[in-house]
Amino acid sequence: MQITSPTFKANSSGALKDPQLQKALKHVKSNFIEKRASAVEALPEFDALRDSAVSIKNHVLENLDIYLETFEKNVTKNGGHVHWAATASDARGQILDICRRVGAKSVTKGKSMISEEIGLNEFLEASSIPPIETDLGEYIIQLRGEHPSHIIAPAVHLNMDQVREEFQKKHTHLPADRELSEPESLLKEARGILRDKFQQADVGITGANFLIAETGSTIIVTNEGNGDLTQSLPKVHIVIASIEKIVPTLEDMSQFVRILARSATGQEMSVYTTLSTGPKRKGDPDGPEEFHVILLDNGRSGMIGTEFQDMLRCIRCGACMNHCPVYHAVGGHAYGWVYPGPMGSVLTPQFIGVDQAGHLPNASTFCGRCEAVCPMKIPLPRMMRHWREQEFEKHLSPPSHRRNLSLWAWLAKRPKLYRISTALVARGLWLLGGFKRRTSFLPFAGAWTKHRDMPTPQGGTFVVQWNLGKRPPRSIETWRRVK
Amino acid sequence: MTKSFILEKLKAQINPSLSDETRRMAVADRLSKHATGVLPAMPATRIKRVNKFIEKVIASQATIEQISRRNASQAISEYLRSHNLPGEIRMGKDERLKIIRDDAKGLLIKDGRSDGQDLASFSHAEAGVVETGTLALFSGPDNPTTLNFLPENHIVMISENDIVPHYEDVWKVVRSRYGEGQMPRTLNFITGPSRSADIEQTLLLGAHGPIRLHVLLTRD
Ligand code: SF4
Repeated sequence: MQITSPTFKANSSGALKDPQLQKALKHVKSNFIEKRASAVEALPEFDALRDSAVSIKNHVLENLDIYLETFEKNVTKNGGHVHWAATASDARGQILDICRRVGAKSVTKGKSMISEEIGLNEFLEASSIPPIETDLGEYIIQLRGEHPSHIIAPAVHLNMDQVREEFQKKHTHLPADRELSEPESLLKEARGILRDKFQQADVGITGANFLIAETGSTIIVTNEGNGDLTQSLPKVHIVIASIEKIVPTLEDMSQFVRILARSATGQEMSVYTTLSTGPKRKGDPDGPEEFHVILLDNGRSGMIGTEFQDMLRCIRCGACMNHCPVYHAVGGHAYGWVYPGPMGSVLTPQFIGVDQAGHLPNASTFCGRCEAVCPMKIPLPRMMRHWREQEFEKHLSPPSHRRNLSLWAWLAKRPKLYRISTALVARGLWLLGGFKRRTSFLPFAGAWTKHRDMPTPQGGTFVVQWNLGKRPPRSIETWRRVK
Repeated sequence: MTKSFILEKLKAQINPSLSDETRRMAVADRLSKHATGVLPAMPATRIKRVNKFIEKVIASQATIEQISRRNASQAISEYLRSHNLPGEIRMGKDERLKIIRDDAKGLLIKDGRSDGQDLASFSHAEAGVVETGTLALFSGPDNPTTLNFLPENHIVMISENDIVPHYEDVWKVVRSRYGEGQMPRTLNFITGPSRSADIEQTLLLGAHGPIRLHVLLTRD
């Protein structure tokens, strides 16, 4: 896919001015947050489960080489095949080879962010084996020629009328005056069209939420059932999964399952959790004749042992973006590559380079909500700071940015001068704020105030107030002491 | 080779303070013990657990009725009628479903995997998990997995004796039936009927899988 992360700022201003998008984004804010909160509240063991899952994943990452070999051994024992892919292009090649060998004319796909990461759809299209996305959201955006704007709700940037329009435009074999006013009728239409595709497909490609080393099983967690039809109807099932998806045992997987859906959609359990082990067996009336697992590295091995290792604990639940004020404001496409939101701000520089994606870790208010809700307790803000540091060290941040920082450092080292200047600025802002106590005009910061007001200081600087004998309210003091 | 390239890279990155030997032992230990982690609290008595299972099944937007096994055909016929569906059902050869073959009460029974045209299917669950009202179904020669997904109406029978508190209890069933480290080819955990919220976050039932899921809970 075309990378637009370098123009994150322009993408964002576009997004802020897009009324359709802004309308759609409201659903993210209201829906996901509330549902997650009540699901979490209803399970007193939630936090203990988080800790348990974190320690399992840390153990896996420290022994990933051994677990991957164990997984491969068990897939093979059950008659499946494992393919190791160091890069995106290795993985694409392996998938194409399988499709060509079995003479595939039609390929269906379950939802998979890894397939986005390796650009699989474009590649298969160019190789004359166009894949059909079967997850409803993915199907809609595929019709529109778009990419997912959210890792679990790919079409969350769209409103119903946009979906209706697209169906009217693309499903030309159906009567033009058919009833499509309700979401139910849209769903029914897509269901009918995709039913035929499932039956015709020669190869089904799915992702995996987990890979179980103990049994060689791959797992998909879904609500629609499309993943199951994708993998059980065609004669070949290809699973594409990244190496960190390993969990040791069935018991370990159960810990993750309990926090995944609650964090993602706020369900206690997704509708379908399916464990697949090898191809169909003797006497089985259904299931694929061939079972392949592509294990994708794509730079992940290089994150182990670095300050970004913790990111490999991510279970792709989407909670961090659901709770992110930046994501709420600009949506997923503005991030300019596959992974949006806070997790994307950490992963994107890793995959496409900090020179391309340096804006993303900077687009954070560091409010810390992402880390607070992340079921895997990934220190997302800290990792964004690591990227900022790297960006600064590599002299990638803009000259004006660097100049201002140096100026500030110079000033901060001279306390007297610093106090005088901040007092002047505070006074100036107070004047600017007037009765409203906020301003929509800031010299040199027009871009910032274009979309929001700045509250103005209502007294002297902190030091001035402290010297006047002012002290924080009791509650804050107590809190500080307790800490 | 790509495989050794990835594995070597991992070895080079992984914390060198732990020897390969120690790591191998830690992994072997974890795999053989498959220790249980944190488990959600459960009601103390069996009856309460069965009630909680029923509650959770309903919360998942499925329906449930308690019947006696010998009334299965009648329950299915009535269910189909109440949804204006023809008296036809697709099912596998599972012994536990045989009861409706022996006493079909006018039901038309179709064998084997679904051709995609069936309106209703009938399966037997191996376990029902109390914590989320989840049904566990194992595929096999007599239990086609596609019956769980293709027909619009899925009826699942389960015995009260197979109701277990946690997912972990299902793994015990799996290990005792298939052996250590062995699995059925497909294991489906099913919690309610298929759904999607991809259009404006509106929850709609019956995305690609069943629109309705009906559970027949038997005491025997
Ligand atoms: S970073 Fe955490 S919250 Fe975000 S998708 Fe990954 S696991 Fe979920």
